[in-house]
Amino acid sequence: MKVCWLLLLPLLSSAKTIVVGPAESIRTVRQALFVAADYDTILVRRGLYRERNLLVEKPLVIRGENFPIIDGQMKGELFTVRASNVTIQGFDLRNVGMTSTIDWAAVKVLEARQVRVIGNRIRNAYFGVYFSASDHCLVSRNDIKGNPHEEQTTGNGIHAWKCDSIRVENNRISGHRDGIYFEFVTHSTVQRNRSFGNIRYGLHFMFSHENSYFYNTFQHNGAGVAVMYTRKVIMRHNIFENNWGSAAYGMLLKDISDSKIEDNIFRRNTIGIHMEGTSRIMTQRNLFIDNGWGMRIQASCNDNTFTRNTFQSNTFDVATNGQTVLNTFDRNYWDKYEGYDLNRDGTGDVPFHPVSLYSMIIEKIPYGVVLLHSFMVTLLDRAEKVMPSLTPEALVDAKPLMKPR
Amino acid sequence: MIKVIKYVWLDILQNRIVLAYTVFLLVISATLFGMETNPGKGLMSLLNIVLMVVPLISLIFTTIHFYNSYEFIELLLAQPINRSKLLLSEFSGVASSLVTAFLVGVGGPVLYYAPGATGAALLAAGVALTLVFVALAFLASVCTRDKAKGIGLALLIWFYFGLLYDGLVLTILFTFSDYPLEKAMLVLTTLNPVDLARIFIMLQMDVSALMGFTGALYQEFFGSAAGSLYALGVMLIWIVVPIWAAVRVFCKKDL
Amino acid sequence: MITVTNLQKSYGRLKVLDNLSVQLNAGQAVSLIGPNGSGKTTFIKSILGMVMPDGGEISFLGEPIHNGWQYRQQIGYMPQIGRYPDTMKIRQVFDMIKDLRQSTQGKNSLLQLDEELIEAFELSKLYDKTMRSLSGGTRQKVSACLAFLFNPKVLIMDEPTAGLDPLAAELLKAKILREKAKGKLILITSHVMSDLDELTTAVMYLQDGQLQFFTDVDRLKADTGEEKLGRAIARVMSRGKLSAYERLSESFAVTNTHSIVQSSNQK
Repeated sequence: MKVCWLLLLPLLSSAKTIVVGPAESIRTVRQALFVAADYDTILVRRGLYRERNLLVEKPLVIRGENFPIIDGQMKGELFTVRASNVTIQGFDLRNVGMTSTIDWAAVKVLEARQVRVIGNRIRNAYFGVYFSASDHCLVSRNDIKGNPHEEQTTGNGIHAWKCDSIRVENNRISGHRDGIYFEFVTHSTVQRNRSFGNIRYGLHFMFSHENSYFYNTFQHNGAGVAVMYTRKVIMRHNIFENNWGSAAYGMLLKDISDSKIEDNIFRRNTIGIHMEGTSRIMTQRNLFIDNGWGMRIQASCNDNTFTRNTFQSNTFDVATNGQTVLNTFDRNYWDKYEGYDLNRDGTGDVPFHPVSLYSMIIEKIPYGVVLLHSFMVTLLDRAEKVMPSLTPEALVDAKPLMKPR
Repeated sequence: MIKVIKYVWLDILQNRIVLAYTVFLLVISATLFGMETNPGKGLMSLLNIVLMVVPLISLIFTTIHFYNSYEFIELLLAQPINRSKLLLSEFSGVASSLVTAFLVGVGGPVLYYAPGATGAALLAAGVALTLVFVALAFLASVCTRDKAKGIGLALLIWFYFGLLYDGLVLTILFTFSDYPLEKAMLVLTTLNPVDLARIFIMLQMDVSALMGFTGALYQEFFGSAAGSLYALGVMLIWIVVPIWAAVRVFCKKDL
Repeated sequence: MITVTNLQKSYGRLKVLDNLSVQLNAGQAVSLIGPNGSGKTTFIKSILGMVMPDGGEISFLGEPIHNGWQYRQQIGYMPQIGRYPDTMKIRQVFDMIKDLRQSTQGKNSLLQLDEELIEAFELSKLYDKTMRSLSGGTRQKVSACLAFLFNPKVLIMDEPTAGLDPLAAELLKAKILREKAKGKLILITSHVMSDLDELTTAVMYLQDGQLQFFTDVDRLKADTGEEKLGRAIARVMSRGKLSAYERLSESFAVTNTHSIVQSSNQK
C-alpha cells in the first residue's frame, strides 16, 4: 500500500508537460516559460526558434525533441538560469552574440544549484555553458563547437566561476578560447571529456582546489593545458596530445601543490609537463612519448616525486634551469638509459642522469637551439655522460627501470 | 665535354664503389624506416646520415677518384682538350654519379616510406651537400700533390664543417651570451653548408616549435622568398666558388 | 714551327729550364740530348702544355700556346712511361681518344687515321686486354700507336724505344723515318745514341736547363771528328763545361740561331 502511494506521488504533485512546437498552440519557448509552473516539463518539438534572453526563474525540465534549434541571431544570450533544479536537455543552441561588457552564453547559470545541462549541441556561441556562483551542477554529453576568431573575441566552452561540486562529463569542446575554464571552483570532477582545437588552453584552472580530472583527452590546443595557483588536484588517466607550437605545453603547472599526476599520457607535445613553483606533487606511472621536452622542471620546484614514469623518444627527457635539485626521481624508465642490470632485479645498476648537457646549454642560451641535432651536440652529450661537469649531479634516477612498464 | 663526362662515368661504373655506396644508403635508409614505426622519426634518423655520411663519402670518394684518374687526366691532357673543361667534366661526372647514388639510395626509401615536403627537403639538402663537398674535394685534390695528403685534407674539411665549426659557434655563443645574437647566429650558421642543410630540414620537420623564439625567427626568415633565395644562394656559392678555384689551380698545375 | 723564347721553369729552388730559346722547324728530326735531370722532359711537357712555364713563351705555328689546347691536334706525343686507366681495354683507349679527337675537330672533318703501326705491332690481337695486364713493352707500343694515330704534323717522343723488343723497336724506327720523309717535325729524346744516329738530323743539347748547342748531326760529327753520334756526344760531355767544344766551333754558339737555320736549310 505504501508503495502505491509513492508511485502516485508525481501525479499528486500536479506537474504537467507543456508542449512547444510550430504546429502547437504554444509556439515559442518564451511563452512556455511564462505559463509553466514550478517542476513542470517543457517539451520543445523539432523546429527553428529565433529566440534569445530566455530567463528561467523556476525549477523546470526544458527538453528538446530531435534537437529543436534555438537561434540567437548573434544578438544575445539564449538561456539564463536563475533558479535551482533546472534541466536543459536536447537542444541545438546556436549563434550567441558577443559584447565586450557581458559574457553572453548559450546557457548561463547564475547562483543556482542542481542545474543540469545535458546532451545539447552548441554551435557558434561566445561562451558555451557558463556557471557563476553555483553548485552541484552537471554538464554532460554536450557537443560544443565554437567559431574561433581571436583570443579576445572568443569565449570559453565550459566556464565556471566561484562554484562548488560541479560535474563536467563526456563533453566534446572545440574552437573556443579555453575548452574548460575554472576559477575559484572546488570539489568538482571533470571526466571523460574531449577538449581539442581550442585557441588557448584545452583546460585552464586557477585557484580551484580539490578537483579531480579523469580520462579526459586534450589535443591540438593552442597552448595545451594550464593549471595555476591550486592545491590538492588529482589528475589521472588523461591524455595530453599534439599540443605543438613554440609556446605550447602538454600541461603547464604553476604554483600547484599537494597534487597527484598519475597514469596520464603525454604524447607529441612541445613540452610534456612544465613545472614552476610546484611542490609535493606525486608524478607517477605517466607515459612521456615523442615530446620535445618530456618535463621541464624549473629550479623553483621542490619535494616533488617522479617515479615509475616512462620516457620514450623525447628530444629531451628532463630539462632544468638550475643546479639545485630538491625533487626525487626513482624507478622511471628512460629509453636513453644505456646501463646494465647484472643482478637482474629489473633496475639498472648504474644511475641515470636524465638532464643532457645540451638541454642545460639551451636553458642558459636559448638560441643555442640552432645547433639541435648537430653532430657536435651528440658528441658533447656523450662526453658529458662519461664525465658529468655541468649537469646537476643531484638530478639522478638511482634505480632506472630496464623495461618500460 | 659530354664525351669526357661519358668516360668519367664509365670509369666510375667500373670500380663499383658508387654502386656499393648506393646499396649502403639503401640498406641504411630502409633499416631506419623499418625500425621506426613513425616515418617522421625515420627521417629524423636519416638526417644525421645525410649531414655526416654524405659529406664524408663525397669528399673521400672524390679525392680517391681524382688521384686514381691521374693517368686518365695525363693521357687526355696530351690530347687537344681544354684543361678547365676536363676538370669540369670530371666534376660533373663524379657529382652526377654521387647524386644519382644518393637519390636512389635515400630518395627511393624516402619516397616509399615518407613522401612529402620534409622528405623533399631532405633530398634537396642531400643533393646540395653532395655537390658542395665534391667541389671542395676537387679543390683539395688539385691543391695537393699526393693521394695521402689529399685524403688528409679532405678529412680535415669534413671535420671542420661537421664538427669544428659548430664548436666555434657554441664558443661564440658562450662568450657573447649577454648580447642579442639571434641575427648573428642566423648568419653564422647559414655560412656552413652542413648547418644550413640541417636547419633547412629541421624547419620542414616542424622541430622549430622546440626552437622557441629562435625557431620562429628562422622560420620567418626561411619561409620568406628572400630567405629561400639566400639559402639557395649560399649553397650555390659553396658549390661554385670551390670548383671555380679548383679549375684555376688545375689550369696552372704541372703534371 | 715551334718557337721557344726565354723559357723558364723552376721547381722550388731548382731551376729546371733556364732561359731556354730555340726554334724547331718542319722537316727537322731533332735529338734532344742531355744528362739525367737536364730538363728534357720538362721541356717536352712545356711544349705540350702539361707543365706551366714560369716565364718565356712558346709559339706553335706562330701562335703563342698560353692556355690554348687546339694546337695539340697537330702533336703526337709518346710519353716516357705511358700511364693509362688500369681498367680500360686497349680498344677502349683507342676508341676513347678517337672519339674525343673527333668531337674536338667537329663533325665536318673526318679524322685522318694512320693505323699503320697498329697493324705492324699486331695490336689488334690484344685489343681486349686491359691496360693493367699489359707488359711495359706493350704499353709502349700502345703509346707509340697513339702518337702516330692522328697523322700529326709534330711528333714528340720521350724515350720511344725503351722497353721495346728489337723487332718492335725496328718497326717503330722505320715508321719514324717514314714520317720524317713526309716533312714532319720530329723531336726525340733517347739514351740510345745509335737510334738517334739513325733517326735524327739535328741535335739539341741541354745541360742544367740551358741549351748548350743546337746543331746539325753531320756537323757535330765533323767537328768532333767522330763517326758516330754517340761518340761525338760523349766527347762533348767529357769536356766538362764544354768550353773546349765551344772554342772548337764558334758557329755552334748557343744563341746563334742563324747557324741553326743555316744548318737546317742546308738539307
